Amino acid sequence: MTPRKESMKDLASWENEKDYVIANVTVVDPSNNRIHDGYHVGIKEGRIAFVEPGKPQVASMSVFDGGGLHIAPGFVDIHVHLREPGQEYKETILTGTRAAVAGGFTSVACMPNTDPVADENSIVEFIIKKAKIAGFAKVYPIAAATVGSKGEKLTEFASLVEAGAVAVSDDGHPVASAQMVRRVLEYASNYNIPFIEHCEDMSASANGVMNEGFTSTRLGLTGIPGYSEQICLARDLLVLQSVEVPFHAAHMSTKGSVELIREAKRRGLPVTAETAPHYLAFDDTDLGTYDTNLKINPPIRGVEDREALIEGLIDGTIDCIVSDHAPHAAHEKQVEFENAPNGAIGLETTFSVVMTHLVKPGHMAIADALSLITNKPAKVLNLPAGGIQPGDAADLTLFDPKEEWVVGKDDFHSKSHNSPFIGQTLNGRVKHTIVDGSVVTATLMHV
Amino acid sequence: MTELDRKDLLGLEGMSAEEIELFLDTTASFKEISERTVKKVPALRGKTIVNLFFEPSTRTRASFELAEKRLSADAVNISKSTSSVVKGESLRDTAENLQAMKIDVIVIRHAASGAPHFLASLLDASVVNAGDGAHEHPTQGLLDIFTLRENLGDLSGRKIVIVGDIAHSRVARSNIFGLVTLGADVTVCGPPTMMPVGIEKLGVTIERNLLRAVEDADAVNLMRIQLERQKVSLFPTLAEYASVYGMNRETLRHMKPECLVMHPGPMNRGVEISQEVADSDRAVILEQVTNGVAVRMATLYLICGGAQREKVLTDEEEVEAPPANREAV
Repeated sequence: MTPRKESMKDLASWENEKDYVIANVTVVDPSNNRIHDGYHVGIKEGRIAFVEPGKPQVASMSVFDGGGLHIAPGFVDIHVHLREPGQEYKETILTGTRAAVAGGFTSVACMPNTDPVADENSIVEFIIKKAKIAGFAKVYPIAAATVGSKGEKLTEFASLVEAGAVAVSDDGHPVASAQMVRRVLEYASNYNIPFIEHCEDMSASANGVMNEGFTSTRLGLTGIPGYSEQICLARDLLVLQSVEVPFHAAHMSTKGSVELIREAKRRGLPVTAETAPHYLAFDDTDLGTYDTNLKINPPIRGVEDREALIEGLIDGTIDCIVSDHAPHAAHEKQVEFENAPNGAIGLETTFSVVMTHLVKPGHMAIADALSLITNKPAKVLNLPAGGIQPGDAADLTLFDPKEEWVVGKDDFHSKSHNSPFIGQTLNGRVKHTIVDGSVVTATLMHV
Repeated sequence: MTELDRKDLLGLEGMSAEEIELFLDTTASFKEISERTVKKVPALRGKTIVNLFFEPSTRTRASFELAEKRLSADAVNISKSTSSVVKGESLRDTAENLQAMKIDVIVIRHAASGAPHFLASLLDASVVNAGDGAHEHPTQGLLDIFTLRENLGDLSGRKIVIVGDIAHSRVARSNIFGLVTLGADVTVCGPPTMMPVGIEKLGVTIERNLLRAVEDADAVNLMRIQLERQKVSLFPTLAEYASVYGMNRETLRHMKPECLVMHPGPMNRGVEISQEVADSDRAVILEQVTNGVAVRMATLYLICGGAQREKVLTDEEEVEAPPANREAV
């Protein structure tokens, strides 16, 4: 590590400097699968001006000490629930985007299952406006595919896209009818936006509350079979054969789904897929204490599923990792297991889970693993994010790849604390997050 | 082993054979009390126990209440319909409010699997599971095992058959956990739609044919067809179930003459058990009920500190020490 010079400032003391250099960093460039030690990064007017080796020679710009940290494109999460409008007691756009930047995410795409559902342009505009006022992460709304996410009537894609929607989805519910899936795909093709499906056959899930298997039998809890996800995914892939429009499968959880997607990609279908950190870190045997923070839909699956998902990430079958950040108030989770709502928060732990469960065990190199939360998810939704080249927006995340930390139960910027990782030791920690050149983590403490 | 090293009784899963035997031996010594003219001992004098029943119950609730009274504990009964749950109070608040009244034990019956575990993690008071969803019913498991042991002696190598809706049965699970630990040879029998995934990993044999299952059996425990729990059709008709899995005179002919017939109640006569079998001398169904009171006396006694407390009772001068070994497990 280069000794800190008198002239170099700590990034935490950043105060509205517009043009500056971050010296003494290791650049991680996931798009080009490269890592460069001993680099410096110049930022001008909110954009990356230069990424160069050695010490900075620019006299006219303030220089901050990167302290030997890694610097990567700001992380991108294309599946979060910000709960506003309607459920501000769980999360708001302000608290959710603070949680995002605390976890290194500079761009997030939020799901439309708010109250009311984001199925018309005024709600999409409202979300974008609130996110701008908050001033932390960039927020890209995903609009509902059908009115009220009821699966009956198409929403107004034209005006939703004009308002800023980047995709359509009825997340939380599957689109129940095959005919409606076809209509959504056909209509979406006009606007060049992907359809994101929550793959679940409700008749197969029935009243299940956890993965079906030996553990559900032991615990006397009703199981959700893995084929609940696969039936819906397989049906959609069949529809996709006749309507070739970008289709993105949300929160994949089973081995069978990985196989279906692998086969669909082999046949050249325009399919992409995501999974979430909790499916990589846990398996259903971890539910033995009826911990409601592990009650998630789709459920935490078996050991074989977890292994298949990691395999799918390594071979590119699964394109990206999303947090599926799903805040719920403490009183909602402190109930009987079957009465608890589904979901866990994840924005503040996702990066560290990726480091702990993919990089540390040697499944993936750091640049490959980070592409799952930078350029690859950005590509799925065509977001202007995930790069670290001159000219790109100065959305950057600095992290220590080695630091170990214990997830504390009150350590969250999110309004809700329903994390299954509380008490766990994770590897790799986000230190600073920069959005359009502003070191937003430096201002986090002052809000 | 003479005392219990746990705050709560949540299930028989994970309990050692030694621990189960402590319950059974303690039960044996309490059984005689109910035969006396004056059916009362001062063992739990000064203890307060709340029976919190969120599901209907005749046997279990009466059994716990009688056990509490015969041990001189002060008992309070709360059922769902007469509690603030109907006003929307959460389980957590209900339990914490009861604990604030300085109670010692909560006996809970709840439709949600894991509800007693949730309470046990929140409360300092002891929690006794009186049946949670389709998970466990440990005192029923213990009373079934006690009845088996009284009739058969050592259970290791004995063939015990559990018939019926295994998937939805907490009684089946507690029996399986306890019996397998004690070395019994457990067979489960019922329609495939009522067999939960991976049940064989609990160390039981699956036999779909009732007549083959009961062959060489030392006891057959019939699970009730839980009509109220079936949200989807698991078998075509009650008549078909009765003809394929119901125990009747014909089934008895395929069994060893000394094979016991058990049922946790309430019985659906004419469905899982015929009138003749229920009333035959093979049936130990009412013995089970008698033993139920003794098992619950033993459970509450052990949970409340058991031998520890008795020592305190014999020395009136001594200030009551907090029971030892009360860490949550």
